[in-house]
Amino acid sequence: MLKIEARGYESRFWRYASPVLALLLTGATSGLIFMAMGRPAGVTVYTFLIAPLLQQDGFEALAVKAAPLIMMGVGLSLAYRANVWNIGTDGQFTLGAICGGGIALAFPDAPAYLLFPAMVIAGTLGGMASGGLVAWLRIRFNANEILTSLMFAYITQYLLVYLVTGPWRDPQGFGFPQTALFSDTALAPRLIEDTNVHIGILLAPMIAIGLWFMLEKSLLGFQFRVLGQAPRAAKFAGFRENRLVWIAMLISGGLAGLAGLLEVSGTLGQLTTTLSPGYGFTAIIVAFLGRLNPLGVIPAGLLLALTYLGGDAAQINLGLPNAVTGIFQGILLFYLLGCDILLLNRFRWVPLKVV
Amino acid sequence: MTALLVAFLVSTIAASTPLLLAATGELIVEKVGVLNLGVEGMMLAGAIAGFATANQTGITSLGVLAAMVAGIALSMLFAVVSLTLQANQTATGLALTIFGRGFSALVGAGYVGIPAPTLPKIHLPVLSDIPVLGPVIFGHDILVYLALAILAAVAWCIRSTHLGLILRAVGDSHDAAHALGYAVIPIRYAAVAFGGALAGLAGAYMSLAYTPLWAQDMTAGRGWVAVALVTFSAWRPFWLLIGAWFFGALMYLSLYVQALGVAVPSALLSAVPYIGTVVVLVLISRDARRIRLHRPAMLGRPFQARV
Amino acid sequence: MNDTAPSGPLLKMTGMTKQYPGCLANDHVSLTVERNQIHALLGENGAGKSTLVKIIYGVVRPDEGEIIWDGQTVNIQNPGHAQRLGIGMVFQHFSLFEALTVQENIALGLGLAKERLGLRERIVRISNEYGLPLDPDRVVHDLSVGERQRIEIVRCLLQNPKLLIMDEPTSVLTPSEVRKLFVTLRRLAAEGCSILYISHKLEEVRALCSAATIMRLGKNVARVIPAEKTVKELAEIMINMDLHAPTPRPLAPVSAPSRLVLDKLTIRSPHHFGTDLKDISLSLKGGEILGIAGIAGNGQSELMDALSGEILAGKPENVVIDGVPAGHKGPHDRRRIHGCFVPEERNGHGAVTTMTLAENAFLSGFTRRALVRFGVIDTKKTSAFAETIIKAFDVRTTGPKAQARSLSGGNLQKFLVGREVLQEPAVLVINQPTWGVDAGAALAIHEAIMALAAGGAAVMIISQDLDEIFVLADRISVIAGGRVSEPVLTRDATVESIGRLMGGGSAPAASGEMAVA
Repeated sequence: MLKIEARGYESRFWRYASPVLALLLTGATSGLIFMAMGRPAGVTVYTFLIAPLLQQDGFEALAVKAAPLIMMGVGLSLAYRANVWNIGTDGQFTLGAICGGGIALAFPDAPAYLLFPAMVIAGTLGGMASGGLVAWLRIRFNANEILTSLMFAYITQYLLVYLVTGPWRDPQGFGFPQTALFSDTALAPRLIEDTNVHIGILLAPMIAIGLWFMLEKSLLGFQFRVLGQAPRAAKFAGFRENRLVWIAMLISGGLAGLAGLLEVSGTLGQLTTTLSPGYGFTAIIVAFLGRLNPLGVIPAGLLLALTYLGGDAAQINLGLPNAVTGIFQGILLFYLLGCDILLLNRFRWVPLKVV
Repeated sequence: MTALLVAFLVSTIAASTPLLLAATGELIVEKVGVLNLGVEGMMLAGAIAGFATANQTGITSLGVLAAMVAGIALSMLFAVVSLTLQANQTATGLALTIFGRGFSALVGAGYVGIPAPTLPKIHLPVLSDIPVLGPVIFGHDILVYLALAILAAVAWCIRSTHLGLILRAVGDSHDAAHALGYAVIPIRYAAVAFGGALAGLAGAYMSLAYTPLWAQDMTAGRGWVAVALVTFSAWRPFWLLIGAWFFGALMYLSLYVQALGVAVPSALLSAVPYIGTVVVLVLISRDARRIRLHRPAMLGRPFQARV
Repeated sequence: MNDTAPSGPLLKMTGMTKQYPGCLANDHVSLTVERNQIHALLGENGAGKSTLVKIIYGVVRPDEGEIIWDGQTVNIQNPGHAQRLGIGMVFQHFSLFEALTVQENIALGLGLAKERLGLRERIVRISNEYGLPLDPDRVVHDLSVGERQRIEIVRCLLQNPKLLIMDEPTSVLTPSEVRKLFVTLRRLAAEGCSILYISHKLEEVRALCSAATIMRLGKNVARVIPAEKTVKELAEIMINMDLHAPTPRPLAPVSAPSRLVLDKLTIRSPHHFGTDLKDISLSLKGGEILGIAGIAGNGQSELMDALSGEILAGKPENVVIDGVPAGHKGPHDRRRIHGCFVPEERNGHGAVTTMTLAENAFLSGFTRRALVRFGVIDTKKTSAFAETIIKAFDVRTTGPKAQARSLSGGNLQKFLVGREVLQEPAVLVINQPTWGVDAGAALAIHEAIMALAAGGAAVMIISQDLDEIFVLADRISVIAGGRVSEPVLTRDATVESIGRLMGGGSAPAASGEMAVA
């Protein structure tokens, strides 16, 4: 039988090879699932992972999808390293969009140099408020942040529905549940004319690099890492857990809020009842695929953005339901987590002893 | 007035049943020291498996069975990754939820808006016709009674049987249990499978009895509420029942008030059960010492035997 | 069933080998236990004793070797199998369930339903018969360490074992409890139950055991009759190195200023099953070593945390470090005023096992060694500090980049003590300085502590090892039930007088007798 045996040290090879192995296994498993569904595996995988990039402006679409995932994934990798389990980034994303979008709707005539920065600030603060509330409930009342952050995601979603079907609904919108379109001054500045490639695409990798430096090189980052790996040692060193939980939730919430604001002002141009196509959960996978390292989150965000495009392509070209993306993501996370056993252990074949 | 009260009680019991089923399963899982946050995913898988099977075969009991099988199958994915491969249980539970949502949406794509046979309500000749008590106590479908019976059995097992003692022991100290010769990992596998079966059953109740239809993400966070309920109950079955009824009532009331056409917008009313969950969690968790007293000491910790 | 008296040894093991990754725990070890014998298995930490007994009890499977039990070759599959063969084991750690009652704990040790019939009465009977008083309905977390051990012994005795394995049974007991235990064990041996007694305490082995197998570095080195050897001879076989006692130091002058003062320190334990500290007042001079003796679970960890600043005191004046009221200061600020600390648990408290030695050096050293510039870690200086510790304390490792978990217990402890000592503290508090550490490392740590005190620091050692306290301390206090007794000069104290206090004897009465002793 196959036995798991402790290595006694951490394998450097598997530190980098384990996510690659997980990706390969996910590809193979997905192929099998497609085959079981009666689709040729090769064509499906091609449609999923390669075809979207070959389209005109394929890379632009990828970058636009990846930017929010990277921002949220970076915030989560920081929080998870400190053992702060924020899983409700969807709610923080949405609240950021609501706050920033609210400014855009309230001051449609404000000049661009005032309006957009104000929206960015409002969106970030909205996300931080949502994350901060979770931190406060954990610190003050010892309430589990996994459950509260997720509940807030549901609550915020209903708040959004209420706003866009109620007070904020576009009076000229023929009763559709959506707000008026933002004025041009409220749209995120474009990097390339006449495309969706907005400033967030530049911002996301810069934030990742900045937070990587903070996490790996600074005293504050060290405190996060110690808190996550050995909370008692953090206490012994004199690092204040409550302060770190606050910072982790404010950063991860704020980044999600910023991502939400950029999504509405960069791509959608208005508020509708569904803003996030499940970014909250996808960002969790992005964080893990990036090994909870902000730099690793950049390629991870790109890859998962590709699965969204692939899901759309598979729906259009192959008639597969969009939900395939969810399965793919779930399998990927399973494999990512499972393969990490190779960091500290090896598998050994032991012949069964006949007693 | 009486009619209102009957409707309230009947609906509360119905709304609490999926919560009770899923939470009872999670209670056993947590008792042995495992935190499975994938309840939502397993419920969804159970809901679609039950619905699709009942729809295809026309036999609801087969649907119920299929739902349990689906719940167990998903829970085994969690068990392999978190117990055998010792991955972080929180993250693995999230993976299960993500997978379950995707899986159910994929399978369910062809079943949206189609009816399936519904679980019949039991009708006992005399008893069910008693005013008030009749419909409230004797007028439900079989799963409602099953949920209560399972909870009672679980309560009895934990308190009074040697099996229950072993389960509590594994959750209190897996090293000690291992040293005494108990097979920690297989026991945890079994508990996780039990949790999966009950989450599947809860899903079946959703799609075959509560709202006999399939819709994507139809459990709407009930799996998470079930996880919260276990903490709320401080791992005691009686309080699990109280909590399930409380949330059942909350869910019913938010629908009922909407139906009355009260001036509060329906979207905000729909958020009430989730706000209620947060409020209850906060109130319950405040007493950290009390939580720690009842909490299985090994909750969420991976076990590796050195052999 | 045959009526002839069984002959031959009860247990005979030959060629037992067990390889762990990077560590050959047992290398062709042999062990023979006769009937009615109390047999010692001697060896220092890391000699492979625990692995060998875990093989006997079926917890660990050997790679090679033969076990003959009661004349039959056996392959012990698991603890249940061992129990059916008639082997019982009293563990040093990890075998009781804190949240369960005494009776439930015992029931869990009995696999078959018929064994559990009338359990309550049998527990009461056995515990009375062997002088092991127990209340079946008490919950374990409320019990003392001695009472917990009784649960384990009763659990084994209920199965009428032929061999009882006891792993370091006296390390948690007071001297008088040890005497009572020995009476029980001798009686068991006389009634036909052999005992395999694992220890590194040589006096005990000489007093109790009729044979001893000595192990060193995973191998057999001798089989002796303990009574025929002196303690020194046994120690030399066990350790194979010249163990000179650390050189005695002159006592700190009476006029030396106090560097650590505790004034009416009262702390409510944050742990649910913890011990509250009650009204502790102490004063340590520079150049002095104060030993705090006591049995585990009497408030040691709370005292440690209250001193390090992990638990804050009620008033700033409750803890005064080098003249500065520090009761409200956290660990970080206490280091600033020259306080350094080594907690008992290395893994995850004193050190982050998954981080490198350099990062662990940084963990508590960054303030006093100025390892941060503008919020950024100075990696060069950090690495150099770790290198200094490794050199000064002879830490066996590949360098500052090695992960803490790759070090043996002794080497990691040397690193952690070195980390604090090299920060030149005015006050150093160490909880269990040499717990689970090999003799060589223990000696190095003892010498470092004495050198630090000789340099003028005030040192407090909290230890359950009375021998260690008598070697190091100038004065000794005892912590019992969260109270700390008035310190006595070590030269005026005896093991008996301290032992009485450890058992919770009242301080004034005991100090009166002490003069006589």
